[in-house]
Amino acid sequence: MDTGLIIYTAAFGLILIGSTGIVLSTHLLRIIFGIALLEAGANLLLLLATFREGSSAPIIVDGRIPAAMADPVPQALVLTAIVIGVGILALALSLALRVQRAYGTLDIREVRQRLEQDIADEAGIELSSSSDAPHAVVSRQDGPA
Amino acid sequence: MRRLSSALFLLGLGLLIAAIFQTMEFASVAPIAGQAINAVAAEQVGAANFVTSVVLAYRGFDTLLELTILFTAATAGGLVLGKPRAGASHDPDSGFILRAGADLFFPLLLVVGLYIILHGHLTPGGGFQGGVILASAFFIPILARPSTTMDHRRISMIEGFAGASFILIGLLAMLGGKEFLTPLLARGELGALLSAGSLPLLYIAVGLKVGSELAGLLAQLSETEASD
Repeated sequence: MDTGLIIYTAAFGLILIGSTGIVLSTHLLRIIFGIALLEAGANLLLLLATFREGSSAPIIVDGRIPAAMADPVPQALVLTAIVIGVGILALALSLALRVQRAYGTLDIREVRQRLEQDIADEAGIELSSSSDAPHAVVSRQDGPA
Repeated sequence: MRRLSSALFLLGLGLLIAAIFQTMEFASVAPIAGQAINAVAAEQVGAANFVTSVVLAYRGFDTLLELTILFTAATAGGLVLGKPRAGASHDPDSGFILRAGADLFFPLLLVVGLYIILHGHLTPGGGFQGGVILASAFFIPILARPSTTMDHRRISMIEGFAGASFILIGLLAMLGGKEFLTPLLARGELGALLSAGSLPLLYIAVGLKVGSELAGLLAQLSETEASD
């Protein structure tokens, strides 16, 4: 197994772990952590994709131009992507804070059920039960307000 | 049922990634655009740090749009969180170590953040990184003393001023008959602090904008959390 494969595995692994967290978690905070991991994996992959053996940073120090320089384009892309990632993370956390305040829980199954109940109440119709409905939560009507 | 479909989705994603994996050879992608930029950036832009040349000169418009995304996230965060209730209770002040550390670190973080912003065209760093350090300089005191509030009006002023000056520098280039955000002023000597034309000015604007936005967003998050 060569080094390239191992290094790529780290990036793909982060992407896969992040997606697993997003898809399988039911806790909103863990989903947000999954997004952060996925983002880190994507950034790492972007940087690694243009890695060149023996190339130095694309910066001229003391007027010496290095023989081989790394590609500055993905570095510039990732640079801005990281900062935007922080902004998106803060926005996601503030939304989660609002969910916590409105429903008293961060479990998305419970939140979804209460949301559908609220919509059905507002429309004045019976809440239609679906085969996908999480049974464990349906029985718990007296959750925290 | 949902678990099963999620597991199937993950399996598919894993297979897709493995397939992409097979076709990618490590360190074999030819950096066509990168090589071209590396060859001409020192001559065309005059910044010793080519990443800065790319961020502010070759794709300055993209950077403006990315700043817009950050601005939207900060504004939406403020909108979602709302104002803390008047007279809401705050967390008590934290321990001596964090309070003394915050006081000690504030000037240091300020200097490091400004250094990184001002030397963005010479050394690794720039407005984005320095801006985040500036934001942490203003946020750590709030962590140490949660009862102190940040002046959001002043922060919005700084943010608006920085964003407007970024666009204004871009428009000044258009006045001279060039394209939007073309680097202005003399390129100067490569590697000197005053070089690369208007790029340091743009990075100062970026740094102020990123710093004030993140500081405001973090302060708002902590204020709202405390008011519950």
